[in-house]
Amino acid sequence: MTATEPSAPRTGSLPLALEARGIVKAFPGVLANDHVDFDLRPGEVHALLGENGAGKSTLMNVLAGLYRPDEGAIRVDGREVEFRSPRDAIAAGIGMVHQHFTLVPSQTVAENALLGLDRPRFRLDLKHTEAQVAGLARDVRLHVDPRARIWQLSVGEQQRVEIIKLLVQGARVLILDEPTAVLAPQEIADLFATLRSMVATGTSVVFISHKLGEVLSIADRITVMRGGLVTAAGIAPEGVTRADLARLMVGRPVLEQLKRIEVEPGRLVLKVDEVHADSDRGVPALRGASLEVHAGEIVGIAAVAGNGQSELAHVITGLRSCTGRVTIDGRDVAGRPAREAIAAGVGHVPEDRAGVGSAPNLSLVDNLILRAFRRPPLARGPMLDDGAARDKAEGLREAYAISAPTIDAPVRILSGGNLQRLILAREIDSAPKVLIAVQPTRGLDVGAIEGVHQLLLDLRAKGTGILLISEELEELLALADRVLVMYEGRVTANFDSPTGGDVEAIGLQMTGGDA
Amino acid sequence: MIHLEPRGQPPRWLSPLLTVAAVVVALVIGAVVLALVGGDPLKSYLHIVDAAFGDIGVLSDTLVKATPLILTGLACALAFRMRLWNIGAEGQFLLGAWGASFVVLGLGLPEGTPAIVLIPAMMLAGALAGAIWGFIPGILRARLGVNEIITTLMLNYVALAWVQFWVFGPWSEGGFQQTATFPREAWLPRLTDFGKDIPLFSGLTTHVGLVFALIATAVGWVVVSRTRWGYEMRLMGDNAAAARYAGIDIRRYIVVIFAISGALAGLAGMSEVAGSVHRLQDRISPGYGFTAIIIAYLAHLGPWRVVVASILFGALILAGREIQPSGVPAMIQGIILFCLIVADVFTRYRVVAGRRAAAAA
Amino acid sequence: MIDLTLILAAGVASGTILLFAAVGEIFAERAGVLNLGVEGMMLMGAVAGFSVAASSGNPWIGLLLAMLAGAALSLIHAVVTIHLRAEQVISGLALTFLGSGVARVLGDGLSSAGSIETLPRLTIPLLSQVPLLGPILFRDQSILTYVGFVLVPVAWYWIDRTRPGLNLRAVGERPAAADAQGVDVVRVRYAYVLVGGLLAGLAGATITLAISPGWFGDQTVAGRGWIAVGLVIFAQWSPIRAAVGAYLFGAIFRFILDLQGVKSLLGFDNPFQAGRSATFFLEMLPYAFVVLVVIVGSREALRRRVGAPAALGIPYVRGERGA
Repeated sequence: MTATEPSAPRTGSLPLALEARGIVKAFPGVLANDHVDFDLRPGEVHALLGENGAGKSTLMNVLAGLYRPDEGAIRVDGREVEFRSPRDAIAAGIGMVHQHFTLVPSQTVAENALLGLDRPRFRLDLKHTEAQVAGLARDVRLHVDPRARIWQLSVGEQQRVEIIKLLVQGARVLILDEPTAVLAPQEIADLFATLRSMVATGTSVVFISHKLGEVLSIADRITVMRGGLVTAAGIAPEGVTRADLARLMVGRPVLEQLKRIEVEPGRLVLKVDEVHADSDRGVPALRGASLEVHAGEIVGIAAVAGNGQSELAHVITGLRSCTGRVTIDGRDVAGRPAREAIAAGVGHVPEDRAGVGSAPNLSLVDNLILRAFRRPPLARGPMLDDGAARDKAEGLREAYAISAPTIDAPVRILSGGNLQRLILAREIDSAPKVLIAVQPTRGLDVGAIEGVHQLLLDLRAKGTGILLISEELEELLALADRVLVMYEGRVTANFDSPTGGDVEAIGLQMTGGDA
Repeated sequence: MIHLEPRGQPPRWLSPLLTVAAVVVALVIGAVVLALVGGDPLKSYLHIVDAAFGDIGVLSDTLVKATPLILTGLACALAFRMRLWNIGAEGQFLLGAWGASFVVLGLGLPEGTPAIVLIPAMMLAGALAGAIWGFIPGILRARLGVNEIITTLMLNYVALAWVQFWVFGPWSEGGFQQTATFPREAWLPRLTDFGKDIPLFSGLTTHVGLVFALIATAVGWVVVSRTRWGYEMRLMGDNAAAARYAGIDIRRYIVVIFAISGALAGLAGMSEVAGSVHRLQDRISPGYGFTAIIIAYLAHLGPWRVVVASILFGALILAGREIQPSGVPAMIQGIILFCLIVADVFTRYRVVAGRRAAAAA
Repeated sequence: MIDLTLILAAGVASGTILLFAAVGEIFAERAGVLNLGVEGMMLMGAVAGFSVAASSGNPWIGLLLAMLAGAALSLIHAVVTIHLRAEQVISGLALTFLGSGVARVLGDGLSSAGSIETLPRLTIPLLSQVPLLGPILFRDQSILTYVGFVLVPVAWYWIDRTRPGLNLRAVGERPAAADAQGVDVVRVRYAYVLVGGLLAGLAGATITLAISPGWFGDQTVAGRGWIAVGLVIFAQWSPIRAAVGAYLFGAIFRFILDLQGVKSLLGFDNPFQAGRSATFFLEMLPYAFVVLVVIVGSREALRRRVGAPAALGIPYVRGERGA
């Protein structure tokens, strides 16, 4: 049986580092926090678990001073406090590392650390701050150059900067929002080691996550949220299984039941051959990447953010220039405009749903015909057949169960899961020979994730080749026939029919392989 | 505290209602300011209505003023749709006027060249000159990312000086700031030309340029709402990254749209010199290209609003010439634009009273 | 005879006008707000300064009112773009219409108001004797010119080396980051838009109270507000580069004016003198030059991968939905 009772406090006499009672927070249309209680003991790592949309980030944003709760009380070290702004929270010693880093890319590490401080009031002494940053970094064994500009740093390094920033500001409570999403397995282990050493000095850590395995390994206590409510408050991880946690998170037994059939890989639909390309910054991102995808197979790419996988997707879909060869079903599209890649039969589910994959203020119709508008029956000469467009949109909406008031509604009102369904509907409907899917389930809740996975498997069964670029190793293991690892712009390893046992090996390759 | 919340899908009647409300509010504010400065708002407004719509003669004059506004309004609307800020319609208008004049005054064509040759040549020259003037900022934006607001604006001033050179210099008539009157074959047909057959038309200055303008409006509407190009433009205007992702060649579009926009404004210039003034002169434009910006702002609500707004603003320009002080029409234009901006905000957002969702300072 | 020193000195004076406007716009744009209403604000400042100075007899009061007029106008833009989140480009254009219209209404009948007492002119004792630069920079310049000299390093220091400057830069580059660190993005943006308005008003007053007193309708400012906006791009949002550009343009303006006034050039009859048609080619020069200067600025931005403040023109909305 699961222990859903709060575990007994180990240190009985010290006040709670952080305590929230009865927090209520509502947004238009959604009650994100429904009378939520939460407490954090000094020197512990407390995991806050829940799927996307459960209300965990909202709760932490309240505790970090970004949102004012509609109701409820907050206590720090036993004293009641009210935060009118993030400054107040920082002053009280609470700091938060957000999922999307709040760093100013064009400024240096030291300048970013300075931003949240109250002193110096007027004149800035950068040298002093740089020394301070360097010192703190040494103390917690995080390596970072105080004078580097943020855009020059890797994602993992930026995360370290975020943590150091909070330490410079004197944070005693660290809230980390989904910190491992951008890290390779080794880096995750390093992060956990850092957290343990910080906690040993008296800092308390709140660790927000939706990853069951990590939570069980790092947390001293676990709180689970679902739909704005707390379903388990501060339970100890001993004796708790992943299935238990999943049930607390989702409310029903969760076991991804995917229908997967045996498919013989067919002809070569995508061949990438010694491709070189630069990143947006002008530095080389792809240094001779090569891979193959056959019809009816899913090839996964595992890589830490910033090793060229985004650029690879751009190069294949014609959104970035490159040298080398990119062949789609025999047709070379390397360095040619996107229009040709589309004509050759490439589908693309982009990383950035709202920023690239859709036009947020245009209607569902306009977004659904994005691939089909150049050909009959939608196109008649230069004219666009409005009726045919609406028919297609209606058809796709039904077939893929896209939830929206009408097909004329602007796409920005769709939830993340529905937007992804729309994009997948459109791409699959265009009958691509090869589909490039980049982080397709990022930010989606469990039900939506399952839906996307099934759609990808069905597409595979129909004979499309799929290149799946994902940061979730579990997702790759569940879906991919082969997993490739990318490191520093090249494909460095190939794992056929990988299983859970390969995780360590894959992780090793993701960070460069054997030293 | 109140704050704004995006609407999902505004009801269809909201936008026209708010637009009309905006204009009314603007006129009220304008009246207040006028009164404060010592003018008589009621008298001024009534004067405008009378001077613009009082009888068929002045109505015809209003339509004449509206004609270049429709064309330049379309020019700006086309560019604005893609968030390309063509503030250079004024300069493109002037270049078009110059180009059309060049056919008559600079080519040295023999006397008596028939209208059937002259008019299309003037149209072509006007549109081409305007297109070139639009092409320059367009290619600079497409290739080098140069801010088109600055370039189009500066080119306005260059265009003005260019026209002034020709009008004060080589083409000057008797040392005045205007050229010789164009030969009759270079005049666009006017209603009054049919005055002998239809007495009602006698004395009416409305000319065929209006027909160009209405045709352009209709064609523009069809292209934008019914063609693939219109769809691509919609996409580009909303999210350039999504348009690239869809395979659209954005750079080519930028150049083409700027050129077409310039051509439309150039055509407006041609229609003004050939249909209304029949010569090139220093103050050929009372700021059509700038008023066009306001008209273009309304255009996203429908091309026919461009026509209605052009008539109203044409009335303002026609009657405004006699209003003292001279800054009043510009001031009212500014107030109207602000009110329209605010109306647009209220169309897209709902106002909600109560505590702000996020922490206040 | 053309006295180069006098021309350059006049150029510095003329450049001061552009300098104030450009630095004001740099502040606003660094905070992320594009304000295209500079021309309108300058006109308001010009007319307010002139008319108040004429009626009160005191140019200093005129100066103050001019700055307040510019700020008042910029406040409208601030509310519309920051709180109402409207498109900054259109709002700025509307501001120009409004400002120039109101200015012309207020200035009706002003040009015959008689000459006014302008702001004092000074010669700085020791510095004006420095060879070459002394007579150009420090001799018989309006007091506002000296204010301009001081403004540039102060603006630079403020932006680059102080905490408020750090906040300003963060707000313009990544307002979400500034917000998360407790910086009040809305207040910062309002403040610097108003600063831009104050300086634009000052620029307008510099024209009518110091450099070329008198009210000539639209021609009083003659597009210099727009040139200032272009200068900001050339300056790559740095006050020091803006100063270089402003004085350079000031010199060009003066040069053109003097060239138009001269009857003979190098022994030949001057085709560009005022009254001859070729003078209009000179009129084109400053504006064509701005285009060139903006092209140069853009290419450099492309090359160095820097450029406008990243959040310029984008209204800031704190993410509403949490998860």
